[in-house]
Amino acid sequence: MLTFYLLLGIMILGSIVAIETRNLLSSVISVGIVGFTLSILFLMLGAPDLAITQVVVEILVLVILIRATISVDNTDIEATRDNFAVVSSLIFLGLFLVFASFAFLEMHPFGKSLMRTSQHYLDNGLAETGASNIVTATVPMIHWVKQQCFSYPC
Amino acid sequence: MGMSLIVKKITQLVIGLIFLFGINIILFGHLSVGGGFAGGVILTCGFILIMLAFGKDKAFSKMKIRVSHFLSCGGAITFLTIALLGYIGGAFFLNFPDHGKAFHLHSAGFIPYADIAISILIVSSIFIIFVVLVLWGGLTKNSGKDADDEEYIHNL
Repeated sequence: MLTFYLLLGIMILGSIVAIETRNLLSSVISVGIVGFTLSILFLMLGAPDLAITQVVVEILVLVILIRATISVDNTDIEATRDNFAVVSSLIFLGLFLVFASFAFLEMHPFGKSLMRTSQHYLDNGLAETGASNIVTATVPMIHWVKQQCFSYPC
Repeated sequence: MGMSLIVKKITQLVIGLIFLFGINIILFGHLSVGGGFAGGVILTCGFILIMLAFGKDKAFSKMKIRVSHFLSCGGAITFLTIALLGYIGGAFFLNFPDHGKAFHLHSAGFIPYADIAISILIVSSIFIIFVVLVLWGGLTKNSGKDADDEEYIHNL
């Protein structure tokens, strides 16, 4: 659990660096660090499919972004402050935090989720399609799910 | 043009392994991690490595723009044909072939063939997206209107 929160802290630090730095190339590299740390988090949570896809798509996006930033002459970000936008976004973020805290208190604890619909996929995935990768086999199972949902209260 | 001699030599040594790894993730998509999308993006990153290390002429000689047009449309039409063939079993997108033994390579109906079609579609589409965004400066109103740009595009 400690490494989980440590990696989350690294992601938050990387995002703050990406916003506050003056050099455009540094912010692009910080966005890349956030993406790679997210893929390590996916591995820790037990999702290897997502980790592989996240790494490869992150590399693709980084190549395009770096090619776009080094061909621009001026790599300094000049800051102009728009007061009305900052104040209104802070008010809306505060309202969102208040209402989200009410929703968070009613969720199930982390790791013991309430999987009623997806439990059908996990139990019958191998028998129905013959494929052991449930992520790839979810779409061809759509007929079976339609039959089940008409006869069983999902 | 391209990069230095060290990058070119290392690319020549490693590019075959990258393509082999991508094909492995596509073909075993229904048994282990991956599938059509992740394997297709890995193959595309191999082509982008060729373009970055050797320059755009060598990359276009390996994967031409006309061939990419046909392959992207062909991959999508193949996927739609596989879904329409489900009417043999009675419904749209039904998994009609033999399911086979579990955990074997030849199993799970049409899922391996759908993975191959998706990967061909992804390779050609993301390669064209990369070429448009990086080489031709995006698809704005004024890009591609210069004389040598338009001639170059027609000759590809």
